Amino acid sequence: MITGTVSRISGPVLLARGIKGSKMYDVVHVGADELRGEIIRLEGETAVVQMYEDTTGLKIGEKVVNTERPLSVELGPGLISSIYDGIQRPLTALFGKSGDFISRGISVPGLDRDKKWAFRPAAKAGDKVGPGDVVGTVEEYHIEHRIMVPPGIAGTIKEIREADLRVEEAACTLEDGTEIRLMHTWPVRKGRPYRTKMDSALPLITGQRVFDLIFPVAKGGTAMIPGGFGTGKTVSEQTLAKWSDTQIVVYIGCGERGNEMTDVLTEFPELVDPRTKLPLIQRTIMIANTSNMPVAAREASIYTGITMAEYFRDMGYDVALMADSTSRWGEALREVSGRLEEMPGEEGYPAYLPTRLSAFYERAGRVVCAGSDRRTGSVTVVGAVSPPGGDFSEPITQNTLRIVGTFWALDTSLAYRRHFPSVNWIKSYSLYLDGVQDWYLQHVSDEWRALRDRTMYLLQKEVELQEIVQLVGPDALPEGEKAILEATRMIREDFLQQSAYSDVDSFCPLEKQYWMLKAIIAFYEGMSAAVNRGIMVRQITGLPVKEEIGRMKEADVAKIKGLIAEADQRIAALEVEK
Amino acid sequence: MTGSLATRECTTVNNVSGPLLFVERVKGVSYGEIVDIDLPNGERRTGQVLDVSDRVTVIQVFEGTIWIDNLKTRVRFSGKPFRIDVSRDMLGRVFNGVGRPRDGGPEIVPEASLDIAGMAINPFARDKPAEFIQTGMSAIDGLNTLVRGQKLPIFTGSGLPANKLAAQIARQAKVIGEGEKFAVVFCAMGITYKEASFFMRDFERTGALERVVFFMNLADDPTIERVATPRCALAAAEFLAFTHDLHVLVILTDMINYCEALREISTAREEVPGRRGYPGYMYTDLATIYERAGRIRGRNPPIDALPCLSRLMNLGIGPGKTREDHRNVADQLYASYAYGRDLRRLVAIVGEEALTDLDREYLKFADAFEQQFVSQGNEDRSFDRTISIAWDLLAMLPEAELKRVKVDFIRKYHPAYRQARAPGREGA
Repeated sequence: MITGTVSRISGPVLLARGIKGSKMYDVVHVGADELRGEIIRLEGETAVVQMYEDTTGLKIGEKVVNTERPLSVELGPGLISSIYDGIQRPLTALFGKSGDFISRGISVPGLDRDKKWAFRPAAKAGDKVGPGDVVGTVEEYHIEHRIMVPPGIAGTIKEIREADLRVEEAACTLEDGTEIRLMHTWPVRKGRPYRTKMDSALPLITGQRVFDLIFPVAKGGTAMIPGGFGTGKTVSEQTLAKWSDTQIVVYIGCGERGNEMTDVLTEFPELVDPRTKLPLIQRTIMIANTSNMPVAAREASIYTGITMAEYFRDMGYDVALMADSTSRWGEALREVSGRLEEMPGEEGYPAYLPTRLSAFYERAGRVVCAGSDRRTGSVTVVGAVSPPGGDFSEPITQNTLRIVGTFWALDTSLAYRRHFPSVNWIKSYSLYLDGVQDWYLQHVSDEWRALRDRTMYLLQKEVELQEIVQLVGPDALPEGEKAILEATRMIREDFLQQSAYSDVDSFCPLEKQYWMLKAIIAFYEGMSAAVNRGIMVRQITGLPVKEEIGRMKEADVAKIKGLIAEADQRIAALEVEK
Repeated sequence: MTGSLATRECTTVNNVSGPLLFVERVKGVSYGEIVDIDLPNGERRTGQVLDVSDRVTVIQVFEGTIWIDNLKTRVRFSGKPFRIDVSRDMLGRVFNGVGRPRDGGPEIVPEASLDIAGMAINPFARDKPAEFIQTGMSAIDGLNTLVRGQKLPIFTGSGLPANKLAAQIARQAKVIGEGEKFAVVFCAMGITYKEASFFMRDFERTGALERVVFFMNLADDPTIERVATPRCALAAAEFLAFTHDLHVLVILTDMINYCEALREISTAREEVPGRRGYPGYMYTDLATIYERAGRIRGRNPPIDALPCLSRLMNLGIGPGKTREDHRNVADQLYASYAYGRDLRRLVAIVGEEALTDLDREYLKFADAFEQQFVSQGNEDRSFDRTISIAWDLLAMLPEAELKRVKVDFIRKYHPAYRQARAPGREGA
């Protein structure tokens, strides 16, 4: 056992002397309370340790014990619907042990040791198995939790049987005596192995019009949501966590407000997944490291989260990971780096910030999983970024931009006029459009791309026209251009805006999304045709059917189709004013 | 106070730099403990351990380092974290930045002695903020509703009446139906004498003082004391809330002075600066203050820290809390006013003649919104009054423009429908 003594304490960082033989990222226990920390630098016989718990009251000379294992998470049945802190301590169990406030030095295993799970074998004695092969399943809520051979293990099964098992009990034994238990551990800073990465060809359907039809993200892709404060990042993240069409959602509250985690905690058990009709909590894992919890655990929390996501990916599931927010994570890096007295880069962030960010986002992806059945799974990462003062030129926003595939820029001025989700349609982009095009053409409509491009064209044209309006006033525009302004106003108000709090509109099925956009574009085409034969825009906008299109969010698809036909007739019936 | 076995004393100070003392070779010092510093002239000051190593211990001195020498000054380590004595009798009293009376009154008789740092609330133990706090100001109640268990920052610039606003909130705030059990902890950091006396006079004049605990660190008081002030105030607030079942609103003003004190200490320690010279850990440090707001399940009442935007607004409004149409109406007001403001810019260039009739109505709406809704002076408006003004304003716009409001609510609350209904009811 490697031990040493505390020789300096400065906030969340301490020095341990005489701890010869330690490795980088080994977990250590400090003092009588066995506070947990992680070695982040070695200098001769001295190690620099970042502490996952508050260091107040620690003394010089207290004992430091190296566990000689890296920070790892427990993976197995019992993860789903749990809420953990940044180092996988279940907060419900902590609540049981220490009450309303989190006290220090409590150690609780991540998975419940006593609960029994009904194990059903999927392999038999004599089968040859390798890493990633499924030996059996247990039912966890409605999810088939596949028990896989952990990475690095292979052999022939000697014994396997159906039984009610605890997570630490062996589900099967190999001929060389290796036991495969329901759970295994994996170091969080190392990505789990897979066979090959695949291109992103499937979109992540979120039920949000601006995300699904205009700026889609692929399954296994990465997206970022930057926005100044108050633009609705957290609401967007939560909306995505609620409605994404994945089997598992990992939600990381990284350095954000405690009250927001409470929101997720109280809301998710009540909300129902529109696809499976089951409570949303039954597919969600939550990691909460609120801003007042120790800073080093905040740094670890996103790794803890993505390792769990990868574990479910390896079972062959689609997983969505929401990190709110990566800025707070970057600030944790900066804080620790500052305590280490490292040479600062831009704005005090360490020079390795971009490396760490890209290493994290690269763990997303759609892969062929390890195992002989070649199943596929994906991890999609959506990271919120909170640039101070809404300034997108700051290092975390800029470095994240270089990595991610979809950029949903939240805009303060849109939020100010209560346009939600406040995604700025000019600044945002998606690099997955071509990749997912085939899927949309097959499953939505062969018109999708044309419709989307037409919409974007109109919205961009609007920006140009607005500049002219600023100079000469709206009345001076020709009728054809007035029609464009009318159409874009409809796109903005009747299509892009979507209230996360509305009962009928917070989730919008893909088919309805398509028909809503179609109705607006058809109205515009009708309008511009009418203008060409001398009708005034004023006459068209006065039609009652336009107001009905404005209330489309509360209507169903059949009604919208009816409206398209009606609008077409009414506009055609208009006569030129004398 | 006689030194127990646990107390360690050190007779020499090695270095003094800005607000910090450096003491060499003291054994068994723990991180964050409190020290008493005896000056050659007999004065006693308080400090806190900021950094320990086997060579040097760094102490920040709350009362400043003036007159501390490095020959005769003695430092005594208490082995305890920073504590503050609290009692219900604190209501109506004025304290300095570290919790000692500064109103000339006697020392309080402590009911408890609390660690000012507090602990992190387990997110699982938190309850959802839900009850609406009525501040009596339309712009806050209607648009940025304050909810129990939340925090609300007020951003301001020099010359803006933020203090007036803060005082008015302290005076008028109430939870509907539970008015009398409400207390305010007012924490002033680095404000000028003029501002402080404004608050004092205002509270005395309106009789609010008896439900206020005042922590005051003036601009000429030692800067470092400010680092402890908000934590003392919150410890007192937690005590009043959790032990005496009061609803507590904490007002912290001005946090910029707190952050500057942090920066000063950081610079004296020669730390690597983050953004704008502030230390990298400022975010975490501020969070340990703000995150102490919140409701705990089964444990009432909660604390509100008020340092404009209401994230939790949706939880505190709606049927049973304010009124079902509150969210819709607030959104519509925001959206319409934003459009009206855009038009103003346009009018400055092209003149009002170039606008459509509809746009002219929006312009009128924006003006009326500012005059009738936002500016209200010292009036204490009930929520019903606020929302009825809002509907009168919205009625200036054509009904088809009110897209943010559900059709049902328009039928129910729009003045045009109400007037149409009223004679009918009389007839029946």
